[in-house]
Parts: sequence; structure tokens; C-alpha cells
Amino acid sequence: MNRIDATFDSLRAIGKRAFVAYVSGGDPDQDRSLEILRALDQAGADVIELGVPFSDPLADGIVNQLAAQRALEAGATLPRMLDLVRRFRAESEKALVLFTYLNPVYTYGFERFHADAAAAGADGVLLLDLPPDEIPRNAELEERPSLRHIRLIAPTTPKERIPLLAGASEGFVYYVSRAGVTGAQTTLAEGIAENVAEIRRHTQVPVAVGFGISTPEQAAEVARAADGVVVGSAIVNIIAENAGAADVAERVLSFVKPLVDAVKSV
Amino acid sequence: MSYAFPDAGGHFGPYGGMFVPETLMAALTELADEYARAKADPVFQAELDGLLRDYVGRPTPLYFAEGWTQKLGGARIYLKREDLLHTGAHKINNALGQILLAKRLGKTRIIAETGAGQHGVATATVAARFGMECVIYMGAVDMERQYLNVVRMRLLGAEVRPVHAGQATLKEAVNEAMRDWVTNVQGTHYILGSALGSHPFPMIVRDFHRVIGVEARRQILDREGRLPDVLVACVGGGSNSIGLFHPFLEDPSVRMVGVEAGGHGILPGEHAARFQGGRLGVLQGTKTWLLANDDGQIELTHSVSAGLDYAAIGPEHAWLHDQGRVVYRYATDAEALQGFRELSAVEGIIPALESSHALAEVRKLAPGMAKDEIIIVNLSGRGDKDVAQAAKFLLGEDS
Ligand SMILES: Cc1ncc(COP(=O)(O)O)c(C=O)c1O
Repeated sequence: MNRIDATFDSLRAIGKRAFVAYVSGGDPDQDRSLEILRALDQAGADVIELGVPFSDPLADGIVNQLAAQRALEAGATLPRMLDLVRRFRAESEKALVLFTYLNPVYTYGFERFHADAAAAGADGVLLLDLPPDEIPRNAELEERPSLRHIRLIAPTTPKERIPLLAGASEGFVYYVSRAGVTGAQTTLAEGIAENVAEIRRHTQVPVAVGFGISTPEQAAEVARAADGVVVGSAIVNIIAENAGAADVAERVLSFVKPLVDAVKSV
Repeated sequence: MSYAFPDAGGHFGPYGGMFVPETLMAALTELADEYARAKADPVFQAELDGLLRDYVGRPTPLYFAEGWTQKLGGARIYLKREDLLHTGAHKINNALGQILLAKRLGKTRIIAETGAGQHGVATATVAARFGMECVIYMGAVDMERQYLNVVRMRLLGAEVRPVHAGQATLKEAVNEAMRDWVTNVQGTHYILGSALGSHPFPMIVRDFHRVIGVEARRQILDREGRLPDVLVACVGGGSNSIGLFHPFLEDPSVRMVGVEAGGHGILPGEHAARFQGGRLGVLQGTKTWLLANDDGQIELTHSVSAGLDYAAIGPEHAWLHDQGRVVYRYATDAEALQGFRELSAVEGIIPALESSHALAEVRKLAPGMAKDEIIIVNLSGRGDKDVAQAAKFLLGEDS
């Protein structure tokens, strides 16, 4: 069974929510990126989203832009990110999603990517700039069942469009809680619970909420409304602040642990 | 032959489409719907036509460049004088059309990216005219090399926000404008400045620039009693070129040449000629030809002209390229500067460095053509903004 499905199933069985952690792969470099993945695992994250760096991350705020830049400067490429997945997979069964923009995957070859990412041990993929509407229109973008395809739903998504997106979602639906780019915020967006409820009317697939969540309090609040809570930029920020430090992974661990605990307390 | 592109989803054959984050899908769909209504609305068309005439200065002349024709010794050369428009380039055709759409959509804040600064100036101008708040994103490198236009935008009341990311030119300015739009999409309209990006922009921008070709077609028929043999235009994102070409696409006798920026020559990072050394990919909302490395990371570009210094080409050009309907060539920095200098000296017209790439192609083509053949070249903008930049190269060469 796919690790994403298995993770959400077993959490559902015990009435718990998932903690989903995002980091930019290869940041600050390949070896420490692996240590950071281990730290996320150890902190109790249920799903890890691994960003494959792209030169033009137009849906990302400054924190994730700089992370991608650090990673690219340290030599990150899509094949090297698959290598990172392979190394992590040799030691952990944690569910893992590759999170990126279409062009690196397109250049690598969509079909080849599906085969190689699954073989490396990835469980799903989220392509920020590939709406499902384009898939039937572009023969070379035919999705393969080897990976779960996670879709975004935004606060600006019209009600009539939700069935299409929810229906095309596999693994989980990623509800973007605010109109904007990625980045930690001091306040939570409004209407999260209502929007999650609306999405649930159209799919059995779990709904995770992200964009802007940075504190244990916010994480707990979102966990009361959704099946999963995604934290990204706040973690990436810790990596940025400690990019030169040898113990960056430990700092990530101590930052993430309270977030996980907050989600699990619900 | 009947040319009916794009389809409802914005596809030009295998190119184009809507490759954007979900947050923008609703705004793009709303824009496409509103545009369809506006296009069919005579009141909208009348307002646009009136402003194009009285505010922008249309129609622009089709000028027979007699001295230059004699000098090159071949085909008769006509210049489509978009340089004479208000603000000094073709860009205002689109900026005006789009701000009228923004008004219909009830938006009160306008954002735009700019490379050469011409689109930024055009957008700041129409924003001032319609009393809207205006923010322009511009790469820090371009702000330096097109400083005159930065001052103009500020005088017009726009806020110019420098973009320092990456190579700090047009592509990064587009990224930053898209980020602003994702965040403020409710009250903001993004006036994209070229025939680029997600549907419906390539179609809308083209349609607002078609007036160039529509006028040129009528003018040349009046003047010469026949269609031209060759059309030439420079291609950054592709707006001035598609505007000239589109009304002639179904005239098989009319050949068309798009001219990309060859920079220092066709080596990675040294040019912006997407059909030389480019590949198929997806960038900033559209599937098209672009400059990327084997890992799909977008490559650096270089051109002496900020307006052509961009890694992707508008999707309709990718399609016309595949169809063989338009031929794409390139001019290097040095060739463009020769064109810049020659037109200034021979015709008393200082062209934009972008347009000078098209002039460079005319210098190659015209001498080999018969004396009764006709070339129309789009003089997309005037060169005042480039004088300091050109002095750096040309005076250095002269001394
Ligand atoms: C005068 C002029 N011509 C041409 C261009 C290139 O753009 P496009 O290919 O969209 O016409 C620019 C862009 O800034 C410009 O200012």
C-alpha cells in the first residue's frame, strides 16, 4: 500500500491528525539535507514534503526562494534529489512527497520521473504549476499510478471548481489557507474550517492545510479542522538561520517537535 | 487556410495553456470571460478606439525609408512607426486595452513587470490616466540600464519596486509580479506586458496589438496597391511582432521574420534566442520554447536590449515556428548596434535597441531582394531611453 494512504489510514483509525513537514531538498547541502530528513522523522512528522529546487519558484515567498537558491548553489539537481530520497528510504518508511514546479520534471521526462521517483522511494508528487485541467490536453503529461498526485485548492478556488480538484486528488488534498505565496504568518487565515468542510463534501481523500502556519498554537488550531497540518517556511527559516552550523539538524528537531506535539494533542 | 488559435483553454497546438498555481486560476478565468464580453461590446471597442486615436496617437504612419532603401540597394523598406506613439513604444496599445478591462472587472490596483521600462511607463501612464494605484516590478540591473524610464514611471505616480533575485532582469520581475498577484488577486489586475504567460494573456496582448498589422495592411495597400513581401519584427516575449504578423497570417505570399536577441553569440548564458539552443518547457504559466539547462533550471540570458533579455518566447510564436509560418532569426548585440546607428544617421530616427534587432535583419535581407519587393519592419519603439547605453558601446568604439 502507498505510504501516504497507509499513514492517513492509520491516523484516522486512532483519531489523530497528520503533521506534514516541508523542506527544500539539498538545503543547505546534500548531506545535511539528509540529516534534516532524519530529524523530521525523529521529531514525529507523518509525511515529509521534499522540495526539488527550481530557479524560478514563483509561488514561493522569500524564505523558500532563498532555500532553493542555497540548494542550487550547493549543486542540487532533480537526479540528486532522487538520490537523497533513495538514501533516506534505505533507513525510513516515512511517507514522502516531492514538491516542485513542472519544468524540472518536464525536462527530466514526465514518465521517466514517475518511474524513477517511485523506484527511489517517493510516494507522491505535488507540482505547483500543473493544474489538473492541463493533463488531458498534453499527452506527455499523462500521470502514472506509481505516485500519488496531490492537488492544491485555494481560498480563491470557486465552489464549482472544487469537485474537479477534489476528485483528481490522490493521497491528500492540499488546501492553501491563504491567497499568497508560501511564508510564515503571525495570524491564521479565516474560514479554514468552512473550506475544509466544503472540500470534504466532494472527496474521501484526507485534507491537509498549509501556507503560513508557524507556531504550535496555530498548528493545533488547524488540526482541529483538518486531517493534516503542513508547516514549511517556518522550518526552512530555522535551516536558513543555521545554514552555517554543524548542528542544523538538531535545531530543526527541537523546532519541529513542539509542532508535532501540538498536532498530536488534538 | 483559416487560423483560429488559441483554443478555449489557451492552447496554440501543443503550446500555451494555463500552468499556474491554483490561487490564480479563478482570476485568469474571470479575465478570459470578461475579455470575451468586452470584445463583443461595441461600447468597449468605441472607448478603446477613441483613446487610441486621441490619447495614444493612432494610426501611426507607415513611412517609406527612402534613404535607407537606397543605401541598402534592394527591397523598398517601410517603417511602421510605433515609436511615434505616446510613451514611445507599441507597449501602450496593450496597457490601455488591459486597463479598460481592469476597470470593467472593478479592480483598483494595477501591477506590471517591465524590462526595458517601456511597458512600465505605458502602464504607469494609463494608471495615471484612470486614477489607479500602480506598482511596477523591475530588475535592479534593468533599473540601472534604463534609468530614464525609472524616473518617468515615478513622475507618473507609480511605485517602482526593484527585484534583486537571480540575474535581476525581466524574468525575475515577472516572478515578483506574479507573487504580488497571487497575494493581492482580489483587487489587483496584472497588466502583463508581452504575449507571454498563462492564457488568456498571450491572446489578449496579441489582440490589443493587432491594430499594428491591421493599419499596416491597409496603409501598404493604399500606398503600393499590393501586400508586402516580408514583415520583420523583433521578438522579446513577442507582442510587437505578433501584432504586426497576425493580420497577415492568412496571406500566403507574405513572408515573416521574427528576430531574437543573439547577445554575444549563441553560447549558454550569452544570448536570448530561444529557437537557437532552446528547448520545450514550462515557465511562468505557459508551455513554450525556453532557455534551460539539462536539469530544467532556467538559464541566464544576455542582450544589450533589456526588452529582449528574457528566457522564454510567447507560445504563439512557438506554434508559428513549428508551422514554418514565421521564420526566426537572431541579431547579435553588435549587429543591433549597427542598425541603431545606421537608422539614426540615414533617416534621422533613433530606434529602440529592441527594434534595432529587426533593423539588423533588414540590413541582411534587403540587399539581396529585388528593387520592387517590399519589406515592412516594425519600429516598435524610439531610442531615447537607450542613448546612454548606446553611447557606452558606440562611443567606446569610436574613440
Ligand atoms: C521598444 C520595444 N520593442 C520590443 C520589445 C520586446 O517585447 P515584445 O517582443 O513583446 O514586443 C520591447 C520590450 O520592452 C520594447 O520596449
